Amino acid sequence: MKAATRTIRIEVLRYRPEQDAEPVVQAFDVPFTDDMSVLQGLQYIKDELDGSLSFRWSCRMAICGSCGMMINGVPKLSCSTFLRDLYPGPLRVEALAHFPIERDLVIVMDDFITKLHKIKPYIIPKEARSLSQGEYLQTPEELDRYEQFSSCINCMLCYAACPQYGLNSSFIGPAAMALVHRYNLDTRDGGSAERNPYVQAEEGVFNCTAVGYCSEVCPKDVDPANAVNVNKTEAAKDYFLRFLRPKGAQA
Amino acid sequence: MESFKADVAIIGAGGAGLRAAIAVAQKDPRLKIALISKVYPMRSHTVAAEGGAAGVVQSHDSLDHHFHDTVAGGDWLCEQDVVDYFVAHCTEEMVQLEHWGCPWSRKPDGHVNVRAFGGMKIERTWFAADKSGFHMLHTLFQTSLQFPSIKRFDEHFCVDLLVEDGRAQGAVAINIASGEFVMIEAKSVVIATGGAGRVFRENTNGGIVTGDGMALAYRHGVPLRDMEFVQYHPTCMPGTGLLFTEACRGEGGFLVNKDGYRYLQDYGLGPAEPTPRNKAMELGPRDRLSQAFWYEQQKGRTIEGIHGSTVHLDLRHLGHKKLRERLPQICELAEEFMGIDPADKPIPVRPAVHYTMGGILVDGNCASPMPGLYAAGECSSVGIHGANRLGSNSLSEICVFGKVAGDNAADFARTAKPAPSATLMKQAEAAQARALALVRGNKGTERISVLRREMAETMERGCGIYRMGDTMQQTCDHLEQLRERYKRVKVDDTSSVFNTEWLLAIELGYQLQVAQAMAVSALNRKESRGAHQRLDDYKVRDDVNYLKHTLAVSAGDAPPVISYGEVKITHLPPGVRAYGAAGEAADAASKSKPAGGSAP
Repeated sequence: MKAATRTIRIEVLRYRPEQDAEPVVQAFDVPFTDDMSVLQGLQYIKDELDGSLSFRWSCRMAICGSCGMMINGVPKLSCSTFLRDLYPGPLRVEALAHFPIERDLVIVMDDFITKLHKIKPYIIPKEARSLSQGEYLQTPEELDRYEQFSSCINCMLCYAACPQYGLNSSFIGPAAMALVHRYNLDTRDGGSAERNPYVQAEEGVFNCTAVGYCSEVCPKDVDPANAVNVNKTEAAKDYFLRFLRPKGAQA
Repeated sequence: MESFKADVAIIGAGGAGLRAAIAVAQKDPRLKIALISKVYPMRSHTVAAEGGAAGVVQSHDSLDHHFHDTVAGGDWLCEQDVVDYFVAHCTEEMVQLEHWGCPWSRKPDGHVNVRAFGGMKIERTWFAADKSGFHMLHTLFQTSLQFPSIKRFDEHFCVDLLVEDGRAQGAVAINIASGEFVMIEAKSVVIATGGAGRVFRENTNGGIVTGDGMALAYRHGVPLRDMEFVQYHPTCMPGTGLLFTEACRGEGGFLVNKDGYRYLQDYGLGPAEPTPRNKAMELGPRDRLSQAFWYEQQKGRTIEGIHGSTVHLDLRHLGHKKLRERLPQICELAEEFMGIDPADKPIPVRPAVHYTMGGILVDGNCASPMPGLYAAGECSSVGIHGANRLGSNSLSEICVFGKVAGDNAADFARTAKPAPSATLMKQAEAAQARALALVRGNKGTERISVLRREMAETMERGCGIYRMGDTMQQTCDHLEQLRERYKRVKVDDTSSVFNTEWLLAIELGYQLQVAQAMAVSALNRKESRGAHQRLDDYKVRDDVNYLKHTLAVSAGDAPPVISYGEVKITHLPPGVRAYGAAGEAADAASKSKPAGGSAP
């Protein structure tokens, strides 16, 4: 049995800083079968047509978060976007919007890594527990409150979708905000007071203009827009409560 | 060349590398750690593990049971003292991950839940839905961010180890973003680079799983142990090889042939019952299930598709609700990639290469024969998997032995005296020159993709589920030719910034050597054991001649030199490996007899 093959034109936005003054489009005709992803199309180009095309990828199954890119103007994981759905094309593939381009489809993501460090995305224990005491108890309902926000694969699609991040990259942004929310909601954690100053700061949660496109493009249904908005309410409450508390007291 | 002085260098930042880094940081915050990874840590392949991690918790379970399952599952090629240590430390590592925030699935009373897994007598697999590896990796990565002594070198590609005075003293890496080299001096080195499944064609592995660390150690004379044992996972997506977790069967899924018949009952795994029974049928070990698939194919009882023969993974009877709750990622994969809703239709699956049982020879302290060099995780052979790994032992392994490697590397670093920087820099510059020769003035003619494809095809032909002497010999010959042709490998891209073609060329060099170690080790093992099954004159296990570890030592351009090492048997002498009703009968018989030696 052999699979039927069709051909689609893939237009790739190339940028090689050592030779291109600015990004240029290069088109490739790619034969494909119905089960091939955009990532497999790019791999075909690299293997057979032009070895210099650069893009990140690894797991091929939408969990490592490496292969995000703009596909016909929409932020997508290339491994779980299929050529059959884009036929007859041509289709346009570009580096994720709102990030500097390192090269070709590879973005510079230092900014997110810096933010990740700032938000303290780890358990700051409410009460210390030794290994011999065993696990913390957490009911399925308690797990359910934060589980969705723990499913973020750091693929950066939400940043490419966020108009506010596009205007001002100091904005904490959807994925980092979802992660703050994830730890703040965890019954084992007592660290929200340490995280909140950053959330409430100038670059924090109030930058969000509630467009909601971040949640629409999220491949893992994390719903970062929800996380941002809950934190807005919390931050606003916190802000006003400050005037009612003696100086230096914590919420 | 830029240089960085560390106490401990860790190559690879997946589960094992991160666990090792945290162990060093917690042991002594004054020790500087260089954590080097060719990808951002959260991209590491630990992320793709689905089913879960083993650790005894139930009152009717015991460490002895876990020990017995592991050693018998490994067809007795395990280091039993190391397995003892392993099973005794799994649970505390799982609890440690829980304290660090891992969202393990829970029981209604708030305790961690466990599920059944193949070859395990009692349910002891901790899980976070079917994204256990993803959650473990992100938990470890995020936890690691609180330790200022961990200096990360993200997207730095390692091209060589620094070895001076016979000791590992650091590494040389390419900063992928700039193409610049950096020398990392260290008093001890931990390799935690994962497996090498990409040397095969159809596999479950991410593109980064290219055996880099194995090849780095091997080139410096460290033996690779038991490399012939490569695991085929029985339930993978045809074509891509993407994984459908064993948890599908742990939750009660069936494997059926084209007639809808649960064929595993024909291969010593029965009886077939409507609900899962541990160590029987679909919950047999992976080697046996993949072998049964092969026989069904020979009998013409598989379903033919565009990517070869398949059987059906039938999850329909689990129902929509349970599937969404326990196996959400499996549902997503089936729906998005294959257009199948597993609640409505069975999923076509076939075996694909999944795991490298062998690896860098290390002892129970994760120490290799080279002083100062440690290894942990899939790249290593610490001795717990033997000839066939049990599902859910590897996620526990990366934690248990990641910590052991980190602790021991830290101790070593506290007393080791480093070589002069100038001496190490000379080595680093030589490594740089070798790597740059691939892009500067490259007059090669051999395309990377062609060599890679030929390697993967010949490995599949010669070292698949079933093996024959003559086809293994052909594979060995072919790999020798490929290594020769690799000397003329062609790299079009001569740029410095994010030159992935250059990295692919270096990876291919690693892969060819690791593949050769696998194929030559396989050819020389004249018996059948675990994942190494022969159809020629050596169809059965031969404990007289081959209850031994294979050691492959690099001989430069020539194929490796093969020798053998003893297997440590402390209290479970080799026995019959039986599953299903036969296994239960054997268990009952052994209980009625007085135990030989010191009882476990």
